[in-house]
Amino acid sequence: MVIKQLSVFLENKPGYLLCAADSLAKNGVNIRALSLADTAEFGILRLIADRPEEGRRVLSDLGLVVRLTDVLAVSMDDTPGGMLTVLSCLGEAGINVEYMYASSGSGRRAVMSLQTSDTARADAILREHGMAEPSPEDLA
Amino acid sequence: MPYFDEKNETLSEEQLRKLQSERLRETVRRSYENVECFRRRMDEAGIRPEDVRGVEDLGKLPFSYKSDLRDYYPYGLFAVPMEQVVRLHASSGTTGRRIVVGYTENDLSMWEECIARMLTAIGVGKADVVQISFGYGLFTGGFGVHGGAQRVGATVIPISSGNTQNQIRTMIDFGATVLCCTPSYAMYLAEEIEKLGVRDRLKLRVGVFGAEPWSEKMRAEIEAKLGIKAYDIYGLSEVMGPGVACECPEQSGMHVWEDHFLVEIIDPDTGRQLPPGESGELVFTSLTKEAFPVIRYRTRDVCRLIPERCRCGRTHIRMAKPAGRTDDMLIIRGVNVFPSQIEEVLLAVSGGEITPNYRIVVDRVNNTDTFEVEVEMSESFFSDNVRMIETFERRITEQLRSTLGIGAKVRLVNPNSLERSEGKAKRVLDLRAGKI
Ligand SMILES: [Zn+2]
Repeated sequence: MVIKQLSVFLENKPGYLLCAADSLAKNGVNIRALSLADTAEFGILRLIADRPEEGRRVLSDLGLVVRLTDVLAVSMDDTPGGMLTVLSCLGEAGINVEYMYASSGSGRRAVMSLQTSDTARADAILREHGMAEPSPEDLA
Repeated sequence: MPYFDEKNETLSEEQLRKLQSERLRETVRRSYENVECFRRRMDEAGIRPEDVRGVEDLGKLPFSYKSDLRDYYPYGLFAVPMEQVVRLHASSGTTGRRIVVGYTENDLSMWEECIARMLTAIGVGKADVVQISFGYGLFTGGFGVHGGAQRVGATVIPISSGNTQNQIRTMIDFGATVLCCTPSYAMYLAEEIEKLGVRDRLKLRVGVFGAEPWSEKMRAEIEAKLGIKAYDIYGLSEVMGPGVACECPEQSGMHVWEDHFLVEIIDPDTGRQLPPGESGELVFTSLTKEAFPVIRYRTRDVCRLIPERCRCGRTHIRMAKPAGRTDDMLIIRGVNVFPSQIEEVLLAVSGGEITPNYRIVVDRVNNTDTFEVEVEMSESFFSDNVRMIETFERRITEQLRSTLGIGAKVRLVNPNSLERSEGKAKRVLDLRAGKI
């Protein structure tokens, strides 16, 4: 399924990441998954939060540049090989995965967030292959 | 190609230098006799008027400055008795006290000629209706161009600036063929005319724009929107007013009327004359002005002369558009850099909508200047894609290099992280003072 991810521009200076996480926590925004893409010059912080819109407000208030972007979320068995199935389905369809990151869901399930070259088509393909959508608890 | 004064506009190099030398000697002599400030500076420098034999001795003479006009306000720099002064112009300036300049009958006639030369060169004459939307009054724009337009026999509409609806109506009703105003006002008029959808009812074919800096991009836009040819005119009231230098049909630099004005480019820090073609501070010496002669007047405009002969046939040297003011100029690794150039690059790279907030940081490390441009990130440039941001950053870097001729390190920073004072962003952080 397609869900909203928070993308945050981070200047390469210590403290911004901590500050962002701290503010979200204080405002009761729960971070489900997080990744940091880092270049020598800047970083992009990507977050899956339970309340993305509220998360955006909180981070904007800090003076950060934030954008809500679409990513695919897939729920899979938290066992070896779970991720391989997803990647091979997309690979066969010629869809590139630009980045992905995972978080442990409830029980033995893991939630994978994926950015691909074609979000809509990737979503359809994964549904066709019977990939499970994350349950509300997985994202809560 | 029509000339207003063919003989003087096409003097050979040798004839020009001879004429300039005669006139320089005369100007120095008269100024020495009549202007106390100049006489004192000459005496302090140990230079006698007769030490100046010709243009080759120009570099010996002391400079004059805008502050002189304030220090000797109102008439202390006038070189003729007030009985001979027939006109005054003044400007308040954005900083400090106002300044005043005066003109004799001959001065006004020479001023008219300078502008008449330009108008004739760009094909404006008796058949034209010239709408002068420069401000009239103490500002030199309105009356300056007015005299020149009348001199070529055109019909003059002395409408002055302001009241846009009336400007457009007048243009239509009176069939104006030439528009004279500041380029920003021309742009505004063009937009209003577009909105009203009345361009077809205009007879405009030529524009004479000046009194403020404008870019080639702006020229192209004004020309396209109004369907005219737009020409640049340069001048400052301390030296005379608009018409010190004027474009010709080639639209590639403004001819400085060298039989009336000597032009130099100097290094603003050392005061040394720079070779032709190099960029530095523009300095003028008047050769024929009577009431208010200027000798080596420092304009604070940074500019470059174009020594190559112009295709139009006029022999007088051309100057490029001033690149900026010496007050704003930074010298980084020996190259002149203006904040305005960086602004232009940022505006272009970010799609021409809004200029991102930025700051220039210059420092010196191991005897070398470091040059960094910090650009504030904003929602409109941010994407979730690392490569897109890197591309944005790289395009700024490349454009800066090709515009400035030196490399800058571009750093993207968080919004609102650059220091502001009184709401205005501080554009330059120069940390080099005292460092070797
Ligand atoms: Zn020319």
